Amino acid sequence: MPYVPHTEDEVREMLATIGVDSVDDLFAEITEDMRPKSFDLPEGLSEMEVLSKLEAMAAKNATDRVSFLGAGFYDHYIPAAVDALTMRGEFYTAYTPYQPEASQGTLQAIFEYQTAVTRLLGMEYANASVYDGGTALYEALMMAVRKTKRRKIIVSEALNPIYRVMLDSYTSNLDVKLVTVPHKNGMTDIEGLKNAIDDDTAALLVQNPNFFGSINDFTELCAAAKAKKAVSIISSYPVLQTLLKTPGDMGADIAVAEGQSLGLPLSFGGPYLGIMTCTKKMVRQLPGRMVGRTKDSEGRTGYVLTLQAREQHIRRQKATSNICSNQSLCALRALVHMCALGELGMKRAARVSVERAHVCAERLTAIDGVNMLTQGPFGNEFAVTLPMNAFEAIAKLTARGFVPGFPLGRYYDGLENGLLVACTEKTSEEQIGIFAEMLKGALK
Amino acid sequence: MKTIFEKSVAGREGCWPCEGIAEEAYIPSDLLRDGDIGLPSASELDVVRHFTKLSQRNYGVDGNFYPLGSCTMKYNPKFTEVVAAMPGFTRLHPVLPQLQGAGGLCQGALEVMYETEHMLAEITGMAAYTMHPMAGAHGELTGVMLMAAYHKDKGNKKTKIIIPDSAHGTNPASAAIAGYEIVSIESKDGIVNPEALAAVLDDEVAGMMMTCPNTLGLFEKHLPEIVKMLRKVDALLYYDGANLNAIMGKMRVGDVGFDIVHWNLHKTMATPHGGGGPGSGPVGVSERLVPFLPISRVAKLEDGQYFLDYDYPKSIGYVAPFYGNFGVYLKAYAYILRLGGVGLTRASENAVLAANYMRKRLDDHFEVPYDRICMHEFVASASPQAKKGVRALDFAKGLLDKGHHAPTIYFPLIVPEAIMIEPTETENKATLDGFIDDLIELAELVDTNPEALTSAPVNLPVTRLDETTAARAMELTDDL
Repeated sequence: MPYVPHTEDEVREMLATIGVDSVDDLFAEITEDMRPKSFDLPEGLSEMEVLSKLEAMAAKNATDRVSFLGAGFYDHYIPAAVDALTMRGEFYTAYTPYQPEASQGTLQAIFEYQTAVTRLLGMEYANASVYDGGTALYEALMMAVRKTKRRKIIVSEALNPIYRVMLDSYTSNLDVKLVTVPHKNGMTDIEGLKNAIDDDTAALLVQNPNFFGSINDFTELCAAAKAKKAVSIISSYPVLQTLLKTPGDMGADIAVAEGQSLGLPLSFGGPYLGIMTCTKKMVRQLPGRMVGRTKDSEGRTGYVLTLQAREQHIRRQKATSNICSNQSLCALRALVHMCALGELGMKRAARVSVERAHVCAERLTAIDGVNMLTQGPFGNEFAVTLPMNAFEAIAKLTARGFVPGFPLGRYYDGLENGLLVACTEKTSEEQIGIFAEMLKGALK
Repeated sequence: MKTIFEKSVAGREGCWPCEGIAEEAYIPSDLLRDGDIGLPSASELDVVRHFTKLSQRNYGVDGNFYPLGSCTMKYNPKFTEVVAAMPGFTRLHPVLPQLQGAGGLCQGALEVMYETEHMLAEITGMAAYTMHPMAGAHGELTGVMLMAAYHKDKGNKKTKIIIPDSAHGTNPASAAIAGYEIVSIESKDGIVNPEALAAVLDDEVAGMMMTCPNTLGLFEKHLPEIVKMLRKVDALLYYDGANLNAIMGKMRVGDVGFDIVHWNLHKTMATPHGGGGPGSGPVGVSERLVPFLPISRVAKLEDGQYFLDYDYPKSIGYVAPFYGNFGVYLKAYAYILRLGGVGLTRASENAVLAANYMRKRLDDHFEVPYDRICMHEFVASASPQAKKGVRALDFAKGLLDKGHHAPTIYFPLIVPEAIMIEPTETENKATLDGFIDDLIELAELVDTNPEALTSAPVNLPVTRLDETTAARAMELTDDL
């Protein structure tokens, strides 16, 4: 049997030691009435057969299309060192670092990850990760609810709708009210958000760049929240954050991000990485694991899981969150990615991505009937309106080898002609040129 | 060991991600950050050496026996990594199947989802699955949300969830987060006591969360009776799948009357834990809960095409941005295909065999509070030794010195000085014997040289760490 090492002799010896005649005797407590009514599974396959079956399935995924899809999830270049290092068995096949002396590798790596993401987002504290960017937003709003003991959450409609629908589900059984402030032609409505904050507001949720790619400074907005003792939560995009004013500089209390763009392949939606950071006054509300630096009995520096009194294995139903498994390996990937590219490489990837998007926007808006939806600065993603339904335009172009972007009409009524287009440093100017020609043809 | 930040030298170049430098300022300066970020500046070799050295300060299944109870640290076959790294999967953008005309571009991935759901359903006897939850605790939360949706739909007024005292901490935490009051019941002889259940069971009970075998490694033999009792008050029975590695092919939780089950695929289906995740926590339900499953749901047309169906008006909605940790359950799918039904059954049989063998070899030397046939794990206690000043923690550290990862300690909470051992099916007899011999040798030191235990470990990169100072100093980054 695959992965079971015992020989027949060894099985006999083990049974003799136990004092039973057969393996079946070990399952005697599962009486006949509890036995499976069916167990109709395929026969096992050799490694080679499984690989060829899955190669055939992978081949049914047409990943050869040139894609301008983003919508919060981006295809950035991942240095080869990321796989090589993070796939080391010592990292890969370890469990949660409950025994710190035998887990200094994982623990120091998480500590370094915490350092890197707090610097990136301009915040003071970080946890060791949660599942994804959407879960990070949910956990952040629950931090605010606990901290303020208030129940109202103000959410910008320009916050990623893929996350907003998650927040709806998660809060549906809870005594928490989400109030959504509409976007204005793809722009975050800062005045509208300011006006919505009142004395019952626990938190304000905004995103930079917003879902439409538009870049903002939320400093005034955070100040307005602070004046009402509400918690400001900013969701950011790690790659662009190498260039942009940080949530910390804007006065955010909590900054979260989807970390996928830091060395994680798109992989059809996961595993990704929920980055959570906050200020000192929020740190005791932070869910999940955190690693702290300390000394061993000989005075040497070492790392341990810390502040565990917040967690489920200690506090049970009184814990700050139910999270146990997180995305530790994804956090390691993000760290190695940031280290391999380094300060300069990270900024370079961001700058080139921004440049390609601006070239692309210029080419697309040169087409008759294609106009920018948002006004003002954007990064590596932008929204345009087409002279036709975006869903139909996408269907036409995917048939020709291009995935032109995300149809805004999927989540926004009235924006059925809206297309969200992303570029990264992997997008070539040549691809942009062909894409523009193709789109022009499709719109005729 | 210095951090990578301490090794950083400003201006040193790492890997160049791309051509081009993009000097033009597209974004106004008032929207930009000031100064350096403070990310490391290191050569690629600096980075490779740093992380290689860090990895060498870690135990993992690949290098060490890892009998961490309740965590199912079995061998993770390498070929599944080849599958997960296939560009046909890694390059797939998750919104692709939501675009008109693009569903045809990801048929392979949708097929993986569909097939995995159906195989998990057959293994556990459930009606349908969602692959969306991203870890076990996330599956629990999803399951409890399903419970709430079921009761709401029926107009039931339910406020409480019953949880045995042997349960994982995630159970009460998940139920509380979903808004329920927790009622804990005491175990009797290591398992759920139907009388204790009867005493707290009333119309306000939404459901009960059970682990079977439970965290003591014992089979819950009163299951059929418990199911009947819960049905009488229209309460649902939840199965915590942390310990599914004990019963594959031996019992299907759906057949015995569970309504909801979550898997920890990163345990039972051999996907690596990665130092704490990513996991995958698919949830299966009985027929009456199917309408409430999260959206989207993968479906198959008569012509064999797969698509995502969002038309479930009673659904609890979205618990994940997309379809869960696809890259993780892809490995689990490959593992199930490799083992087949017989292989899965053999896995459970051998996991149980190994646990009982270790229990029997150890019970002359350690107190085993429930010393009878166990399932895939068992719990010993260092209570007698603790009276002499050597605690479960000291045994754990002593084992680290001998090159084994320690068992789970101080859990379950109902056994004092608990040492919870789960060997899994993939460890050979010599490894099991070696561990037991070492543990017995450590037990002998209690009378002769207890300091050797209380001062352990001495063979690792660090000795015991000062956790109190860590919690007080809160030095959580290089900047604090």
